[in-house]
Amino acid sequence: MATATFRIWRGEKGQGKFQDYTTEVSTGMVVLDAVHQIQAEHAGDLAVRWNCKAGKCGSCSAEINGMPKLMCMTRLNSLPLDQPVTVEPMKAFPHMRDLVTDVSWNYKVKQRIPKFQPRKPDAEDGTWRIAPEDVERVQEFRKCIECYLCQDVCHVLRDHQMHEQFIGPRFLVFAAALEMHPLDVGDRVEELRKQFGIGLCNITKCCTKVCPEGITITDNAIIPLKELVVDRYFDPLSKLFRVFSHTKA
Amino acid sequence: MALIDVPLSRSGFGQTQRVDNWWVQPLVVFCVLSAFILYSTWAALQGQHYRFGPYLSPFYSPELFGADGWFGRMPTWMPVSVTAAMLILWAPGGFRVTCYYYRGAYYKAFWADPPSCTVGEPRKTYLGERSFPLIVQNIHRYFLYLALLFLVILTRDVWNAFWFNGRFGIGVGTLVLLTNLALLSSYTFGCHSFRHLVGGFRDRLAGASSRKRVYDCVSCLNRRHMLFAWCSLFSVAFADLYVRMCSMGLWTDWRII
Repeated sequence: MATATFRIWRGEKGQGKFQDYTTEVSTGMVVLDAVHQIQAEHAGDLAVRWNCKAGKCGSCSAEINGMPKLMCMTRLNSLPLDQPVTVEPMKAFPHMRDLVTDVSWNYKVKQRIPKFQPRKPDAEDGTWRIAPEDVERVQEFRKCIECYLCQDVCHVLRDHQMHEQFIGPRFLVFAAALEMHPLDVGDRVEELRKQFGIGLCNITKCCTKVCPEGITITDNAIIPLKELVVDRYFDPLSKLFRVFSHTKA
Repeated sequence: MALIDVPLSRSGFGQTQRVDNWWVQPLVVFCVLSAFILYSTWAALQGQHYRFGPYLSPFYSPELFGADGWFGRMPTWMPVSVTAAMLILWAPGGFRVTCYYYRGAYYKAFWADPPSCTVGEPRKTYLGERSFPLIVQNIHRYFLYLALLFLVILTRDVWNAFWFNGRFGIGVGTLVLLTNLALLSSYTFGCHSFRHLVGGFRDRLAGASSRKRVYDCVSCLNRRHMLFAWCSLFSVAFADLYVRMCSMGLWTDWRII
């Protein structure tokens, strides 16, 4: 049976080193299978977070050969196995142990985003009517599994560590899902500019590239939000036009 | 209270665990954009060989001042080194420089900010597009308005390219200018700002069927914005080169009809 070498980060709280493990691999295996095999055969104390093994829980996020990926969705036949496969924890969040990071910063950020504020009910029975085509746009954002790979790859968080000033792609998608929702009447534009730091995004599209759900994060969420900020703060002309043409969002 | 209380490690410049050739894409972008900037600057400085028969180079359209200029010959107070192209190229140039797609591409290729995804950066400080100078990128939609105006002018140029000494005809140059117009239109109408202005700013489009159709068309072009950005960049440079070569007598413009 064929073998492959996995270079896995071992250590605690940011301190540690890569350690090589060679294990047998077979057709259909994913990186998480190999990590579990290594855990069973060579390193019983290897810390790894995982849950569904189906790409839906977003627990097994890691960096495989330098790119943020879900371990359970990365097939070994998509990797060059003639050289060691590096597996390391996400770098945008505090390291805990081996492949596990503390992603709790994301939960705190989510709490800061103004909640869904529905308009008054359309019908007398207190319910709303939404046209299917109006829901289409936000449906894409609901696919997010909160794996935080987009947060990890974003250089504003990863390299510049501006966690205090920038909420990251995941929460810009979350804000877009609320802002574009046909029932929502909330206004988050000021927060997007001033507290959530949307101006810090320089559209590298790395977040879109790594999204395991294929959400077009930059084009469909971040840029439309940037345009809302332009409407409010940088374009008096279109604002004036909308006042006179009585066009409402 | 700080949201992140454990110091994170920062990668050094060019540091990455990636095993693919991540440097190829930014290098290609750097080379192609640099070549385009050099060629267009050179062409704009020439001030000649931009007309051939009914063809007018897109770098010199609209010709505000010149032999066939809208406002007659170049004013005498204008420095002699100023050409018709130099008076107008800032507008389509500004549209491309502030374009959302190009921004992402040249931040990587020219500023290494970042060089590529998950590759370490050369600088520790970062301002983004939140403050000067890059906050200026927010004027993109004003360049869009100008780009739409230029499309009207280029459409007129293509129409003129069908008429040879008052008689209808089609030359290879006509097709070159027509293709260029089609690609520039696909690029401009697929602009993110245009998408926002035609309907993206609304949460509900169900009650406005024509607006919804326009929004869907623009979204369709927007999905291929990168493709049209590059194709139109090549086509506009080639259209100038074609007219220039024909005007210099180096290439022959074959007549189809």
